[in-house]
Amino acid sequence: MYDAPTPGSKLDQTDIKITAKNVQVYYGDTQAIKDVDVDIEDKTVTAFIGPSGCGKSTFLRCLNRMNDTIDVCRVEGDIFIDGEDIYDRNIDPVQLRAKVGMVFQKPNPFPKSIYDNVAYGPRIHGMVRNKAELDEVVETALRGAALWDEVKDRLDTPGTGLSGGQQQRLCIARAVATKPEVLLMDEPCSALDPIATAQVEDLIESLKEQFSVVIVTHSMQQAARISQKTAFFHLGNLVEYDDTNTIFTNPTDSRTESYITGRIG
Amino acid sequence: MASQHIVSSFDQDLEGVQMRLMRMGSLVEDAITTVLHALDSRDLEQSAQVIRNDRAIDQMDMDIKEETARILAVRAPAARDLRLVLSVMAMSTHLERCGDYAKNIAKRHSAMLETGPIENSVRALRRMGGMVVSMLSDGLEATIKKDASLAEQARLRDLEVDEAYNALFRSLLTYMMENPRNITTCMHLHFIAKNIERMGDHATSVAEQAIYQINGALPDEDRPKGDTTSFMPPEMPDA
Ligand SMILES: Nc1ncnc2c1ncn2[C@@H]1O[C@H](COP(=O)(O)OP(=O)(O)OP(=O)(O)O)[C@@H](O)[C@H]1O
Ligand SMILES: [Mg+2]
Repeated sequence: MYDAPTPGSKLDQTDIKITAKNVQVYYGDTQAIKDVDVDIEDKTVTAFIGPSGCGKSTFLRCLNRMNDTIDVCRVEGDIFIDGEDIYDRNIDPVQLRAKVGMVFQKPNPFPKSIYDNVAYGPRIHGMVRNKAELDEVVETALRGAALWDEVKDRLDTPGTGLSGGQQQRLCIARAVATKPEVLLMDEPCSALDPIATAQVEDLIESLKEQFSVVIVTHSMQQAARISQKTAFFHLGNLVEYDDTNTIFTNPTDSRTESYITGRIG
Repeated sequence: MASQHIVSSFDQDLEGVQMRLMRMGSLVEDAITTVLHALDSRDLEQSAQVIRNDRAIDQMDMDIKEETARILAVRAPAARDLRLVLSVMAMSTHLERCGDYAKNIAKRHSAMLETGPIENSVRALRRMGGMVVSMLSDGLEATIKKDASLAEQARLRDLEVDEAYNALFRSLLTYMMENPRNITTCMHLHFIAKNIERMGDHATSVAEQAIYQINGALPDEDRPKGDTTSFMPPEMPDA
């Protein structure tokens, strides 16, 4: 008998941007990530939460092969972005990182001017045709990162001369300037004051219209505010992954519950 | 509580607001029992006491709202803590409404003194009130014992309250048709019965909030509805 397609099936499902299957990560002999399977949706903010040292940053770095740069680090398993295996030998990690941008836990501006920090990516990826276009890209990115007003009069001074919070926003501007399809953010607001934090959250909100954003945060409130999906990591395992609303009102796993309610585990 | 918070004053906050709700619950249960007893024994002073005590219930509701708002702002509770705070807020509102109904009944009391007693009607009202009180106390106790089935049983007992209301409604209609001089008394009795039936709905909500607090989800099916009087045309005696 013919079954009519039921509404709410496949067609309206959110697109999956990143698929990780059976991912293991080792630093030398110690395993930091164990058997992680996860589907990360497009046009969605996904939060990674979990206690310090549980492997959030490690897993995040797998998604744009940033772990390649760590000698002792070994990644096993499969990670696909738009169905493409990013660990395939034909993939150029530099191209990959233009598509999958990253903001690190510690701000790391280049030892160049503020302007050049932001202009670097668009320049090397040939995203602009002339100086006027580049100026515009730089300004838009700096505005998005809530830094423009503070630096517009000193764009040619070194990025390293900014305060910690300003440097972090500069790195956010640098990451969004190349218009990545996925933006990975590792505790992007840990050095920011509440106003800059709100501005960055607002930026993340607008980025998710077009991109997939994955953010590691230690602020439960921030995860609850800005993400639609939340993944809870514990001792290298992905313990629970669900709608953020569910995680914060009625999580399934007792370890998740203990963590988000601030209980002794 | 299964395990304690790392910040122990958080535990104290949650326990404190739950205790207040329990105290409020026993004041409301008392008000319901007292006002119906007052009707039965024609004791106006007891009813006046219920009217005066309602102010304390209202005050407790406000205190609980203030305290829950403070906990939300300061602790930003999540998961079961969040559900506890939200359900305490909701239950406080339902209890406060029950207190108002008890006060309404008490206010009706003096008007009823001038009318004659009607058979077993007041006895029936007391039975209904007793059902509501037991629903309230089981619903509240369920949150302390974390016993969702206790709350579920309380919730299902609303059907009995509705059935008792239907039966009383029918017999009041009969009295009124038998003798128009009964109409005033019966109307008062009917308003009181309706008030108790409404309290039953609030007690049902309290039980549902208890289930939500414990299980993280409201019960699936709609709550049972037994009040059919809106579909029941009075049968006029043949002319
Ligand atoms: N470069 C490295 N060399 C060796 N071990 C590492 C390295 N980076 C991380 N680790 C180890 O891997 C585990 C996971 O670390 P990771 O930085 O991913 O944790 P995290 O969840 O991001 O913690 P935090 O919240 O503190 O940033 C830790 O035990 C850590 O000590
Ligand atoms: Mg980290």
